Amino acid sequence: MLARTAENLFWLARYMERAEYVARLIQVAQRLTGTTASNGDANEWHSAIVAAGCEEGFVARHGEEVTPEAAIDYLVRDPDNNSSILSCFETARRNSRSVRTALTADMWDAINTTWLEVREFDVEALLRAENLTRFLEWTKERAGLFNGAYANSMLRNDAFYFTRLGTFIERADNTARILDVKYHVLLPQEAKVGGVIDYYQWASILRAVSALRAYRWVYPGRMHPWQVAELLILRPELPRSLLFCFEQITANLDLIGQGHGRPTEAQRLAGQMYAKLRYARIDDIFQEGLHEFLTEFIDSTIVLGQEVGKQYLA
Amino acid sequence: MAGAYDEMGGTDGQLRSQYEVVQAWLDDTPPDLLELKRREADALFRRIGITFAVYTEGGDPERLIPFDMIPRVLDATEWASLRRGLEQRVKALNAFIGDIYNGQEILRAGRVPERLILTNPQFRPEMMGFQPPQGVYTHVAGIDMVRTGPNDFYVLEDNCRTPSGVSYMLENREVMMRLFPDLFRRAHVAPVAHYPEELFETLRSVAPPRCRGEPRIALLTPGIYNSAYYEHSFLADEMGIELVEAADLVVEDNVCYMRTTRGLTRLDVLYRRIDDDYLDPLVFRPDSMLGVPGLMHAYRAGNLTLANAPGAGIADDKAVYCHVPEMIRFYLGEEPILRNVPTWECAKPDDLKYVIEHLAELVVKVVHGSGGYGMLVGPHASTAEREAFAARIKARPADYIAQPTLALSTVPTFVDAGVAPRHVDLRPFVLVGQEVRLVPGGLTRVALKEGSLVVNSSQGGGTKDTWVLEEMD
Repeated sequence: MLARTAENLFWLARYMERAEYVARLIQVAQRLTGTTASNGDANEWHSAIVAAGCEEGFVARHGEEVTPEAAIDYLVRDPDNNSSILSCFETARRNSRSVRTALTADMWDAINTTWLEVREFDVEALLRAENLTRFLEWTKERAGLFNGAYANSMLRNDAFYFTRLGTFIERADNTARILDVKYHVLLPQEAKVGGVIDYYQWASILRAVSALRAYRWVYPGRMHPWQVAELLILRPELPRSLLFCFEQITANLDLIGQGHGRPTEAQRLAGQMYAKLRYARIDDIFQEGLHEFLTEFIDSTIVLGQEVGKQYLA
Repeated sequence: MAGAYDEMGGTDGQLRSQYEVVQAWLDDTPPDLLELKRREADALFRRIGITFAVYTEGGDPERLIPFDMIPRVLDATEWASLRRGLEQRVKALNAFIGDIYNGQEILRAGRVPERLILTNPQFRPEMMGFQPPQGVYTHVAGIDMVRTGPNDFYVLEDNCRTPSGVSYMLENREVMMRLFPDLFRRAHVAPVAHYPEELFETLRSVAPPRCRGEPRIALLTPGIYNSAYYEHSFLADEMGIELVEAADLVVEDNVCYMRTTRGLTRLDVLYRRIDDDYLDPLVFRPDSMLGVPGLMHAYRAGNLTLANAPGAGIADDKAVYCHVPEMIRFYLGEEPILRNVPTWECAKPDDLKYVIEHLAELVVKVVHGSGGYGMLVGPHASTAEREAFAARIKARPADYIAQPTLALSTVPTFVDAGVAPRHVDLRPFVLVGQEVRLVPGGLTRVALKEGSLVVNSSQGGGTKDTWVLEEMD
């Protein structure tokens, strides 16, 4: 397939995934500011901005102080923020238009209808609390529809593998970021735990990656912070855990690589990261330092994205 | 316009038989249901993304071309005669272009004036002495036709460069069949949906001499900001070929390749939807960002076929148009089946004099122009507009031709106040490969403004589904 087509599919999937993630971050911040668990509004919205990976842009736009209004505006609609929900949809539609021939009718319909509906929104009204909730739910639905449309209609060939790759590289990055923002509330087994207040913080992390119910199924009973970390990093069953994402990334890179003869640097790097996750223990990660582990992971994922670009998309 | 021929009601207001099904449908369908269907049609076009991009004029950059639901109907006999005429005309045009770039016999015989060709901006000296695969220049030709009476069809314009609009022909039918499946059960309408297959076969049949095995075919688009981008993606999709932009192509050692995730893949046939000027910066405009350096070398080396051929636009010139009947006689030894509109060439002193004196009755066009820009419709212009235009003609007479203001036929059309006659034209698409192929009908464009004769989508025109009824035993 055309390198440009592969690149567009890759980014299309990333932006749809990101739109959903940003919607979840906003919901989590909203929820936490309504409980006693937060240390005041600013903190939670600041976390959301950092977890969305757009702190630098936000500060340039609104200054150091993070008010709820400014954060919502920046994350929902700011056209200068590549990761705002509306920017994600806009970019996804633009990418789709230039690779229409590689999209199935269902994929195009999912993206184009999303974009047409976005155009009908009254953006100012959208930012008001009573409409925002509905909009965020709608955003998640549209992203889900896109994922379903491509999983159910694409041929299993390079086009599909590159789309998959986009979804899971983005997802791995998102999960790692939300964990890193909250790493200070995630403590190892022996540590003294703060009490009921922290419970809301842990639950919020799980909500941000749509895994609260999954936690209950995997770890019945009382919630423990080290298990939250284990679920999101090391459990192979959870479709947003780092391990699951890297299983998908290596599998898709291997399928793409079959047509290329010898293994590529992207394949090697992904395989290395996958092996590390697969044989890691959560205690060791805490020993090493959760923050250090996540920082290294985020950096390596960025390098992997660059290698994929160099190898296939240039 | 008073006295225009109505294709449904004829000259005497008697319903013509091919419109019986349409009339019954209009009579039986309640107006509110039609209104509902009209809104559904709009939503369908938006959802599929069939838009016409206009980025220069402000407002919504992705516009819908208005679609009118009342079909335009031709019967089998009318189409059979048009079809023969179109095949004949396109064969002659193709022979003409081949002659211009090789022997120039028609010039030497004095049947077409040399001055029209050699200094024409559409004449490409780079094509001299080159024979494209199968001798085909106009792989896709769009011939614009108008009608003034029961048996009076005229060719208004030939489009041998990169004619567009065929996706509207196909999608109009698709949308009509979705909205009114019953209607198609009652009328026996010849299908058009196989056009992309015919186009594919056409492109396949003109593989370059050095192609081995099954030719690899791609469609070259300027990109998503081009007004016809939807059509490019639609056709590539329907044919199952790659839709490429210039940056996806590279020429090495006179061979054209696509950049793919598995490295470079050889390309054999390129259906290009960008103008000659932008095709190859090494040969044509050096500042072109849309082109592929070396493309013309690959073409001339026999490693790549370009469709349509560069330089085919020489036949689109409105002054050259006057000589098409003569080409048919010269190359085919036949009498033309389709008529030209009588045309005055302002380059000729007698014609110029006539045109200036009769400006109020004539339509004046720029010879190299297209899209309805830069034309004067005499009867609809003010005295001041006519005087200003006369001055422009006198300054550069060779740039203008003039034609009588034809009473274009009308077809009933939905308007705010109900149903009213509106003027139409017809663009059939003729495919030329090893054989000539046509699908029945073409694109009908309709001037939605009352009395207007300008059907171009850039000037407020709309489109209709065009039916050719099948012959019933």
